[in-house]
Amino acid sequence: MNSVPADGPDPVRAEITLTVNGSEHRLGIDTRASLLDTLREDLGLTGAKKGCDHGQCGACTVLLDGRRVNACLALAVAHDGADVVTVEGLARDGRPTRLQEAFLAHDALQCGYCTPGQLCSATAVLDELGRGLPSAATPDPAAEPVPDDAEIRERMSGNLCRCGAYAGIVAAVREAARA
Amino acid sequence: MTDRLEGWEKVTGAARYAYEYPLENVAYLAAVQATVARGEILAVDAEAALGMPGVLAVLSGGNAPRLAPVDDGELAVLQSRRVAYRGQFVAAVIAETPETAAEAARHVRVEYAPEAADVLLRADHEGLYAPEKVNGGFPADTESGDPDAAFAASAVRVDATYTTPAEHNNPMEPHTTVALWEDDGTLVLYDSNQGPSAVQSTLAEVFGLEPAQVRVISEHVGGGFGSKGTPRPNVVLAAMAARVTGRPVKFAVPRRQMWATTGYRTPTIQRVRLGAGLDGRLDAVIHEVVAQTSAVREFAEQAAVPARMMYRAANRRTRHRIVRLDVPSPSWMRAPGETPGMFALESAMDELAVLTGVDPVELRVRNDAPEDPESGLPFSSRNLVACLREGAARFGWDARDPRPGVRREGRTLLGTGVAAATYPASTRPGEAVARAEPDGTFTVRVAAADIGTGARTALAVIAADALKTDLGKVRMEIGDSRLPRAVVAGGSAGTSSWGTAVVRACEALLVRLNGEIPPEGVEARASTADEVRSRQKYARHAFGAHFAEVAVDLDTGEVRVPRMLGVFAAGRIINPKAARSQFVGGMTMGIGMALLEESIMDEAFGDHVNRDLAQYHVPTCADIRKIDAVWVPEADPHLNPMGAKGIGEIGIVGAAAAIANAVHHATGARFRDLPITPARVLAEL
Repeated sequence: MNSVPADGPDPVRAEITLTVNGSEHRLGIDTRASLLDTLREDLGLTGAKKGCDHGQCGACTVLLDGRRVNACLALAVAHDGADVVTVEGLARDGRPTRLQEAFLAHDALQCGYCTPGQLCSATAVLDELGRGLPSAATPDPAAEPVPDDAEIRERMSGNLCRCGAYAGIVAAVREAARA
Repeated sequence: MTDRLEGWEKVTGAARYAYEYPLENVAYLAAVQATVARGEILAVDAEAALGMPGVLAVLSGGNAPRLAPVDDGELAVLQSRRVAYRGQFVAAVIAETPETAAEAARHVRVEYAPEAADVLLRADHEGLYAPEKVNGGFPADTESGDPDAAFAASAVRVDATYTTPAEHNNPMEPHTTVALWEDDGTLVLYDSNQGPSAVQSTLAEVFGLEPAQVRVISEHVGGGFGSKGTPRPNVVLAAMAARVTGRPVKFAVPRRQMWATTGYRTPTIQRVRLGAGLDGRLDAVIHEVVAQTSAVREFAEQAAVPARMMYRAANRRTRHRIVRLDVPSPSWMRAPGETPGMFALESAMDELAVLTGVDPVELRVRNDAPEDPESGLPFSSRNLVACLREGAARFGWDARDPRPGVRREGRTLLGTGVAAATYPASTRPGEAVARAEPDGTFTVRVAAADIGTGARTALAVIAADALKTDLGKVRMEIGDSRLPRAVVAGGSAGTSSWGTAVVRACEALLVRLNGEIPPEGVEARASTADEVRSRQKYARHAFGAHFAEVAVDLDTGEVRVPRMLGVFAAGRIINPKAARSQFVGGMTMGIGMALLEESIMDEAFGDHVNRDLAQYHVPTCADIRKIDAVWVPEADPHLNPMGAKGIGEIGIVGAAAAIANAVHHATGARFRDLPITPARVLAEL
């Protein structure tokens, strides 16, 4: 660990544009900065959480150009011009989404730290199901996937919840998928 | 069925956790960990790091502020040249950005004089000793009757050794502190913990301040499971860094650094001996536990304590021995003591059921204790039998064929298992303030912490009941050390302790209210110290029963849990909605304990090797199938004004044993070492 040369140049900075929750931001960033740290530290959007910083827990899940990604694994500089939706951008005009309502109704959260990632992930799951994309749990990949519990569990398994709210999360996603 | 009061904030991202308070001029900390498991720090070379643009300071033993010594040696951060375990904090970089801090931390060169390290727990370790007390303040050893003679004379004997591995709490929010010193010398800590009052008093001691000079804000906490129950080194380090730099300093312990620095459940080696008659009635219970602690802090996991009160037996012995190893300090993890201890005891009970041919539910009913076997005290309430009966009926237990290894569907073996659960129902002294506002609403204040338990909501429900008003009129203020002093969210004592103070404050307020409320409001404060200390003596415990179904894959050895039911007797359930989540959450962690969780100690490096969530597996969504928790009605007048027992921990107690017992029923093989991994199962199939 002591073999890294220390006499390198100053941190390299870059300018990027991000559209986050519908607002455009021009940002000067350190090229080493993750999208997650950029959202949290530069834009003050702390809804996306840092649980592991290694793409292993899913707490930082956001929608990047419509797809769910771990924001901790995305370098901000690589996403100039991207459209990002965080948990703060899910509800419009203070009106909760079906998923947010269902999470509250089914107590699909406890400490709440994984919840923003769960919600962004579940938002993408509904979209993926709607587009007929199969998962490892889809019995027939050629057929339309059915949002049953096995499908939901498989698709939500990239988002860890240590409080153990999975039963409520599956119930909430099921309800939102069928609404 | 009350929704969480902070639910909307949590589903919209508005809830602020420790790292997330908007502050000006913040600096970022990255810590450097020891790369040897034992030895002496010879030199710390910070030159390269300090030369990097944006680096503000490098702290190490040579220049760190001197701290007052406290009981927990883990908090003597950067105070000694000694390295007590691999991964201990030995230096820290404070920089303008998180990227620079992390980069510079890699350039701090630390030179060590390493020494041979002793990191593996063994039942025959020459350093084993009897601690003065085990966690919870219990004696290390107890004995009554003549357990050895009774065991030797018993018609049926179980004598087995069970092991549980090191397990890490892994709350989703890392241990996090944002520290700043105000001009008047006040230390402000936005901190992720299970009790702001405890962090306040400990940090005041460490920095030589009056408690009033330390303010701890912990409005939302992303889980703790015991690991945030005592201040960890991160909060001390952040406070030191803020003092040295004169800037607010942010430090969230990286997930990989949490393994060494934020506590874990000690591995255990437990020998259980049960002596019984042919009818399964116990005559001897002997439970002997070996566990580890560190060189800087004594922590003695009280794993044999539940064997003192669980079942009736005239002859009994419990014993705890621990050894100081060159390892990170173990600490609280969800139901310390009961969780590993009841895995062993309830596995042994299942072995006794198999040997005697007595049904496992019936065996536990038969050995139910009418009063606390050790103290002779009456139980304030004990509804273990009701839990077992209710669970058996709901689960369809009566139709169970007891023969092991005979239910095969394709390439899958099926089985079911049961285990009992228990956890103490404690209440500790504390304070609360209730206030009537001129607009007809009420504000209730207590320095409680809601770490995901639903405490904020439960306390509001309790206050509304006591004030005879609507829930919507009660504003709860928690999570700040400036509020009335409160115990930590730990030992399943939070709601009971805080709730008692809240009820008394509300009652006192009602007495003061007559007619119009003046513009300045009316306030009443309560302290429960006298009430709690003068309570009548009872053995106070919650009880439960777990029923699990497993499916074991004959080709891969993988164990799945298609169905699990927990039935609990925990007094009055204050908010059924959040309570169910607490029980099921504990059971979910129990599935992890049974099948997945293990931190593996590498003898060569003297450290846990699987230090992240890709290698240390906690249950995922796909691991949890049909799972439910219910409770039996229980009116207990000897607890607290709510009649409630704590429910944060009992959900995990016994869960792993129920699964292990079900795996035996499925396969005919007995797994006494956790976790029950595919490799272990395949070897027995």
